[in-house]
Amino acid sequence: MNSLVNRFSTTGYAAELRKAKEVLGEDDEGSDAMWGSQAGFGTLAKGVPTFSVPAVADPASFLRLHTDDHADPSCRIKIKHGTTTLAFRFQGGVIVAVDSRATAGSYVASGTVKKVIEINPYLLGTMAGGAADCQYWETYLGIQCRMHELRNRERISVAAASKYLSNLVYSYKGMGLSMGTMICGWDKTGPQVFYVDSDGTRLKGDLFSVGSGSTFAYGVLDQGYRWDLTDEEAQELGRRSIYAAGHRDAFSGNTINLYHVKEDGWKFIGNYDVSKMHYDGPNGNDGYGYDLRVAGRSSANPPAPAAADIAVEA
Amino acid sequence: MPDGSFAQQPQQRQFNPYTENGGTILAIAGADFTVIAGDTRQSEGYSIQTRYAPKVFRLTDRAVLAVNGFAADGNMFVKKVKQRLEWYRHAHAKDMPLRAIARLIQTMLYAQRFFPYYVYNILGGIEEDGSGAVYSFDPVGSYEREACRAAGAAQALVQPFLDNQIYFKNQMAAAGQSHPLHLPLSDVLAIVIDSFTSATERHIEVGDGLEMYVVLAKGRSSQGLDGLRGAQEISTTNDGDRVFVIRRELKKD
Repeated sequence: MNSLVNRFSTTGYAAELRKAKEVLGEDDEGSDAMWGSQAGFGTLAKGVPTFSVPAVADPASFLRLHTDDHADPSCRIKIKHGTTTLAFRFQGGVIVAVDSRATAGSYVASGTVKKVIEINPYLLGTMAGGAADCQYWETYLGIQCRMHELRNRERISVAAASKYLSNLVYSYKGMGLSMGTMICGWDKTGPQVFYVDSDGTRLKGDLFSVGSGSTFAYGVLDQGYRWDLTDEEAQELGRRSIYAAGHRDAFSGNTINLYHVKEDGWKFIGNYDVSKMHYDGPNGNDGYGYDLRVAGRSSANPPAPAAADIAVEA
Repeated sequence: MPDGSFAQQPQQRQFNPYTENGGTILAIAGADFTVIAGDTRQSEGYSIQTRYAPKVFRLTDRAVLAVNGFAADGNMFVKKVKQRLEWYRHAHAKDMPLRAIARLIQTMLYAQRFFPYYVYNILGGIEEDGSGAVYSFDPVGSYEREACRAAGAAQALVQPFLDNQIYFKNQMAAAGQSHPLHLPLSDVLAIVIDSFTSATERHIEVGDGLEMYVVLAKGRSSQGLDGLRGAQEISTTNDGDRVFVIRRELKKD
């Protein structure tokens, strides 16, 4: 009954959702497409998926009441949060580096999250904020990018892909989506990084970091960043920056995932344990930890006696 | 007010459709098998509503779904997943592959993004390549493939134990040796039983009964299950992946 009222109402959230679909130029209602071969994304086959909304005056505040763990730590549904992600453009392409920790309140819900979403072989998206929002909408973006390829016989530009996403999340503004993402890739115009968030902000830039650990990452990133970094230097800078965030931000850590986007698409460089980076470093003998850098250089940590002194004592 | 007048003080109303029904679920993937388990107690606050409310469900001969959180949402969600899998069977004359079921569950959970199911799902089973797999989900559909995962009331008790016993976290291998990548079925079953007996001891919402589903890859022998008390086969065919269920009692206090 309620759905019938909603369907024909011109105000309220059902109408808002309908408007969102019109903005995107896809006005079909969810249909029989969910039958059969399209099971899975079947509801998407004819446009934006349909969402059910609780029958209350203000669904956004209903959602906030039950899911926002900042407002109420004892709320029931804990959506995973906490992150450090970064991406920067340089002479050799784009470096994308992220941590892998997901927290629900103070519980480490997972230490193996994939926060880089592989949209297609030329496009990467990063995940900060709501894990499901990023995962779902960036997968959906991947579908739309493929549709663009099929319709126009050429790959979508990073600018267009990121704008598709920002228009999409803007149409849901105020409904409680939470995402802070960087859309990274290589198109006709070269390496590109765009920052897109759920407020509707979309920025083109050379260097971004997003998430609770972003301040720590920026600290390392800004002091080490140059346009003419070599590939190896750039990868090391990305890795070292996420390490710094993992070390100082309680909501970031576990492991680092590193990607490099070049002219022929992205490449996964590696997965690095933050604790291993602290003690052993990427090559096993060059740990990032403070102790290693002060060893033998302060009175609290005196130098090992020189060989000559030992000989005298003996 | 009884006389029909309005109260003088401000009133507030909230729409609160959720409760938490306790219990714990757990899944561990082996090289060519997966174990998916859950206790059977259902409670609300300090009252036990029933000692037998299953939380683990066979979806196909290669997929088993465990659901924890708000029982009413969980049962409705499982019903709808089963319905979609039946439609798929009618359209394609085969069972949906595990990784497709995982993606289906994501889209079904995300469709409720603005009115979420209060459920934590763990999907276990056998992939098309014959390997054991576990997928874990949050209530609005973010998911990840893992080797093991615990969820529910005793998650914070059980997951660290699994990290230590399955991933060998904070353990050092003996000199010249390395930790095994996958454990044999008998070891995994022992770890699952120990997890639940221990969680029953230390968590008031866990107990009464234990249901363990074991999915074996096609062609794998039932080694590790043979001679196990109360193991019962519930596969629908005998030339594909096989599903077994093992039921055990847990303490009832």
